[in-house]
Amino acid sequence: MSDEREDTALAGDGALIRLMVNGESRTVTSGLTVRGLLESLGLAAGTIVVERNLEILDRAKYDEVVLIEGDKLELVHFVGGG
Amino acid sequence: MDQPKTKPRRADSPSESAGDTPFQIGDREFTSRLIVGTGKYQDNETMVRAIRASAAEMVTVAVRRIDLDRSNEGSILHYLDPDEFFILPNTAGCYSAEDAVRYARLGRAAGLNEWVKLEVIGDETTLLPDVHATLEAARVLVGEGFKVMAYTNDDLISALRLEDEGCVSVMPLASPIGSGLGLINPYYIREIKSRLRTPVIIDAGVGTASDACETMEQGVDGVLMNTAIAAADNPEVMARAMKMGVRAGRLAYLAGRMASREVAVPSSPRRGMLD
Repeated sequence: MSDEREDTALAGDGALIRLMVNGESRTVTSGLTVRGLLESLGLAAGTIVVERNLEILDRAKYDEVVLIEGDKLELVHFVGGG
Repeated sequence: MDQPKTKPRRADSPSESAGDTPFQIGDREFTSRLIVGTGKYQDNETMVRAIRASAAEMVTVAVRRIDLDRSNEGSILHYLDPDEFFILPNTAGCYSAEDAVRYARLGRAAGLNEWVKLEVIGDETTLLPDVHATLEAARVLVGEGFKVMAYTNDDLISALRLEDEGCVSVMPLASPIGSGLGLINPYYIREIKSRLRTPVIIDAGVGTASDACETMEQGVDGVLMNTAIAAADNPEVMARAMKMGVRAGRLAYLAGRMASREVAVPSSPRRGMLD
């Protein structure tokens, strides 16, 4: 499987930018917010945490933070562990 | 017809509690002295049944990337209600203070609490802790307001330093993580317990109920385990055994064991034997 993917669901009229999401390169439309990215991935914001370029994003800012070329995102949650 | 007379049941009889003090970590009180992990179960339903059977109130979880190809799998919080269990995020898998601090912050950002089970591993083969890095991370995290429960070696000096850093609990290992070797050094564990004021919880190495019991007999405040329950053929039954082992060990410690000696002493009287 290629680790580079183009999310056609996100391809709108704008220019394309490239992000790293959980270690995978993804191409999305310019202007996409964090909320928009989560929705396009089918993720509910409820129990997940978003780190952008090593900084944790406040959930209240998901609507206003616009992703830019080269952003590195980590989307994490709790899994079983000891 | 007369009701048969039965002795009234005393749920809180003195022998049940043995005058035990509440199990307090930081500003929270717990009834169960058993803390359990949520990893390695074959499925989430088995995990939840086992954890309920263990009667543990505090359960550990790990912070990991969401698998974007299987995002419908969801968080473990779909199975563990944070109103029913106290969720303790860990920093398992981290090999540096910097990484552990990063994972701890991500765990706190989930919004449940400001607690963390701090774990910084120093060696892939033994999974023994990097105590120097653990101390470094503990300093940063305590400074940021975290309640730090620190996994460490069975070494008194490290335990004292972690207490000095302000950890709410110091958690020496019984033996390496996932080994099931049981309590390797009871003497060091007793030494640590006798010198620290902060609660001492034994984390890692317990293999079966007798290990849990023996560990608690040393007088420590609690036990944290995962693999011993998750990897049992029947995790739910082992969880129950662990609950009883921890309880038995605690009661035996509070009761104060007899002195052991290498000569036999008869239990029945010598007097009154026939000619």
